[in-house]
Formats: sequence, structure tokens, C-alpha cells
Amino acid sequence: MSATSPTDALSYYGQPIVKEPVWKVEIPLYFFTGGLTGASDLLALGAQLSGNQRLRTSALAVATFGTAVSPYFLVKDLGRPLRFLNMLRVVKVTSPMSVGTWIFSAESATTSIAAACRLFDVLPRVRATAQVLAGLIGPAQATYTGALVAQSVVPAWHEARRELPVLFASSAAASAGGAAAILTPAEHAGPARRLGIIGGVAELATSKLMKKRLGKLVGSVYHEGEAGKYSRLATASTVAGTALMAFAGKRRVGAVAAGALLLTGSLCERFAVYHAGKQSARDPHHTSIPQKERGGRAVTQPRSRTGNSSSPSASTR
Amino acid sequence: MKLGDGVETYGAEAQPRLGFFTDTSICIGCKACEVACKEWNLVPEDGLVWTGHSYDNSGELSANTWRHVAFVEQQAPDPIKQGKQDFRWLMESDVCKHCTHAGCLDVCPTGAIFRTEFGTVVIQDDVCNGCGYCVTACPFGVITKRELGGDGGMHKCTLCYDRLQDGMEPACAKACPTDSIQFGPLDELVERARERCGDLVEAGVSEARLYLADENDGIGGAGAFFLLLDEPEVYGLPPQPVVPTKNLGTIWGAAAAAAGALAIGVATAFLGGGK
Repeated sequence: MSATSPTDALSYYGQPIVKEPVWKVEIPLYFFTGGLTGASDLLALGAQLSGNQRLRTSALAVATFGTAVSPYFLVKDLGRPLRFLNMLRVVKVTSPMSVGTWIFSAESATTSIAAACRLFDVLPRVRATAQVLAGLIGPAQATYTGALVAQSVVPAWHEARRELPVLFASSAAASAGGAAAILTPAEHAGPARRLGIIGGVAELATSKLMKKRLGKLVGSVYHEGEAGKYSRLATASTVAGTALMAFAGKRRVGAVAAGALLLTGSLCERFAVYHAGKQSARDPHHTSIPQKERGGRAVTQPRSRTGNSSSPSASTR
Repeated sequence: MKLGDGVETYGAEAQPRLGFFTDTSICIGCKACEVACKEWNLVPEDGLVWTGHSYDNSGELSANTWRHVAFVEQQAPDPIKQGKQDFRWLMESDVCKHCTHAGCLDVCPTGAIFRTEFGTVVIQDDVCNGCGYCVTACPFGVITKRELGGDGGMHKCTLCYDRLQDGMEPACAKACPTDSIQFGPLDELVERARERCGDLVEAGVSEARLYLADENDGIGGAGAFFLLLDEPEVYGLPPQPVVPTKNLGTIWGAAAAAAGALAIGVATAFLGGGK
């Protein structure tokens, strides 16, 4: 239990009320590679529209890497990996994972087509169309994972439902900008550097806002344990990466160092959110105290037939 | 009580909504429900360990524990024999709530979790791929993954779907020697529970209260509801559970705004020229 929990709060032998997510490290890894893919596809589309072929190739290469490794993470985490195709049985708007499966499938298909056309230097029109589609799906690919974790009873995730998609989007932008800046000569990498800086600044601001809005009790997870460690690492790397990109990004060494720092910051941000969720689920008070404060109709006391009952909230024990 | 989400798709085949009323005031903590459930549903053994905190040695609901009896020891005046004892036991047989608005069912990306014709919520074991999203969507911590034996799927109480289809009552209710676990059409159970709670209050048990018996609560009322003698969190239950999909609009709205912001961010990056 966290240090900020009141000592007189009730629980069943300190046991959690909601279950800790069963997802292993593959899931935050996918949040990172999936976000990298989505934002890189959008960056590649921008480069295509502005005629920057060099940047277009770099960003597409990053997106292709992301779509190549992501399925491994997604399938490996399943309890029954051979049944991964069962995800494609249904489409459900109430399930961000279901919607996300379709977004990811479309993103993977379009990115792969664009990459294959570039690799074999064939079908330029198909490549351009695939890149446009991949770029348009990109923002959805980079943000749905934020909605996915927010759509849960995990206190640190559900209470941050307004901030998490923006946090994931800005973290994705920072990573895509950083990766493309590493792979592109400085004279062609202007938009990548700027995206890295915009993403980095937005990531830092959103992360700070999210922790503030979570409040003292649930927000405490970002100061403790694994979540605290990754959160500090994410902030430090992103601050350093953003600053370095702004002041030394035009030099080769500067761009590589800044890009690596932004990627590290983005990766650590997802691990911080992942661990924050696990830690808040473990603490029964993170579930019970905010619920009590909000109130509701879960507990009722019907009037007795003679009609002299009191409400349970008025009774003391 | 409202019908469970989705039961209208059964049309004429829909049955009256069935459920449990667990009256904890007459639970004696015998755990016959735990045993009957394990035997009937072939739920695997998951370790013979002692929690060390009470007579509760199954600990919590999980993939391998579909009925769980909570044991609470309290320094409090006995509710019946006022002033005669300074200690009381609270025992509560917990189970899947078969929510009207079920979070697990809403988020399941394979369609493995479905609403039965009886309004209950069941996982189809031959469809579930063990993604684990339902674990994060249950306000009560009912579902987990069966890691044991390499099964890898998600499991929980089925309200003995197989027995219901043959017109029998679930194994736990059948085995309960005090009728603490009562099974039947939900509307009848709610009626009976209100009467029982009123009688208890009248008899001086002022702390008696119903939990999840109101269709205006955060989950639309439950198919398995309870009569408790203390705050829900004392039994390890959430005090005001809310189905996470209640905020679905906010969440998709935030995601759409974030996607738009990302597009604007990338466009801005190109404002300074394409190079």
C-alpha cells in the first residue's frame, strides 16, 4: 500500500479490489513500437507531400521496422498465441483493443506495401497511395493504445483517461522525430527535428498535467517503485533530447544523441504508465477512496415494513 | 431489475433473468459452495496454501476460484446478541456479479465473452485467446488468466450455464446448507432481499444493507447481489463500482483529439519548409 493511503481506510486484509493487469513487458514495448510506426507513417506522408524523398525513405524505414516487430510483441503476450487471429472475428467499438486490432492491421498492410514498393523500386503510384493511407491511419495507430489502457478499471489509467491518448500521441511524435533525425542527413532532417522537439515538449507538458490531475493519492504511483523510476528516466531523457535536438540537432553527433535520448524517453514513458497501472491496481485504496468520494447507488437499504430504517451511510461501526 | 445488455438479441428465446442473492447474514463459512463449484466445473486445484490472516485460504476470486468465502474478524458488538460479545465474524461467499453492463463483455476483442439467454455472462473457452483485456475491465477483480497447466485462457463463474440449460440450479446454491446463496429469477430475488433486509433492520441489525441491488448503480445492477453487514470494502468489494465503458465517449473523444493534435504537430513540423 502506498504511503499516501490513509491508515483508517477499510480493506480486506490489504488485498487489492481490482486485479493487476496480466500484461507483461511486451505490451509497453508494443505501445512504443506501435506509436513509433503511426507517427513515422504520418511523417513519411508529410515528406512525400513536401517532396523530401530522403526523409520519406527514412521515416518509412522506421515505420516498417515498427510494423515488423509489433506483431511479435502482441502475439507473444497472448495466453494462447496460436489464437491471435480470433481478434479478427468481431468489430466492437466498446473495445479499444478490437478497434485497435483493425487499425493496426490496416497500418501494417499499407506500410508493408509502401515499403515493398520502395525496396523493389516498383509501382510508384501504389506506393504513393499506400503511403497516403498509412499516413492517414497513423494518428489513430499512435493514439488508440492510450484509449486502450484508459478504458479499464485500473485507477492510474482510468482516472487519466483525458490525458493518456495525448501523452501517447506526443510520445510517439517525439520518438518518430528522433528516429528519423538519426537516419536522415541534417540538410533533409528539418521536419524530423522539429517533430522531435514538438513531441518532446508536448510529452513533458502532458505527463506533468496527467500526474497533477491524478491527485495526491493515485498520482503517488508515479513517485514510487518502478513507475517512479521510469517516470524520472523518461522526464530526464526527454528534457535532454528535446534541448539537444533544438541546439545541436543540425550536427550529426548532436542529431544521433538527441534522437537516441528522445527514443529512450518515449520508451520509458510507456513503461512508467504500464507500471503505474500495475501499482495502482495493487492498492485497494486507489480503487475504494475515489469511488467513495464520488458516491452512487451501489449500497442501498430498503425501508422495513414498519418504515423506521436509517441509511447505511448514517450508520457507524 | 433491468435485463442484461445484449439479451434482447435472443428475441423469443430469451429467458427470465436468473441470478444469485447471497445473504451474508446467514453464511456460516463452511465453504461447501467453493467445493461444489470446483467439483462441478472441474476447476483445477491452485495451490494448498495458508494465507495466515484468517480461515480464508483460497484468498480471492480468480481463474481457479469461482466462489470465494471471505472471513472478516471484527472487534464489534454482536449484531444479534447486543452487548454479549465483543467480537464478530463476517463471512461472505463472493462470486462473479454477472453485471447488467458488463465491462469484461464490452472490451473482449474476440467475442469470447457473451450474454446468455438467462442474462448471465459467460466466457467461451474455445474462443478466448488469453489477451487479458477483461482482467483490466472488471470492477470486482473476478477474472484472471489460468497460467496453471499452460491453459492460458481467462476463466470465471459461468453461473453453471450447463446446469441452467437443464433446468437445474447452480452447484454452489445447491450445496449451500443455510440458503445464504439463493438462486432464482432476479426480480423475485430482489423482492425477497428487500424484505429480508427490512426485517433485519427492524430486528435491530441496523448495519444490514443491500449491495448491487439497485439498477441505477454504476453497473446497472448485478445478476449476483448481496446483503452485507458492513461497508463493501471490508469484504474486498468496491464501494461504488462503475463499468469503465461508461466513459467510452470521453475516451474516444480524447483519442480523436490526440490524433488531431498529432496531425497538427506533424503539419507544423513541415511549416518551416520540407527540408
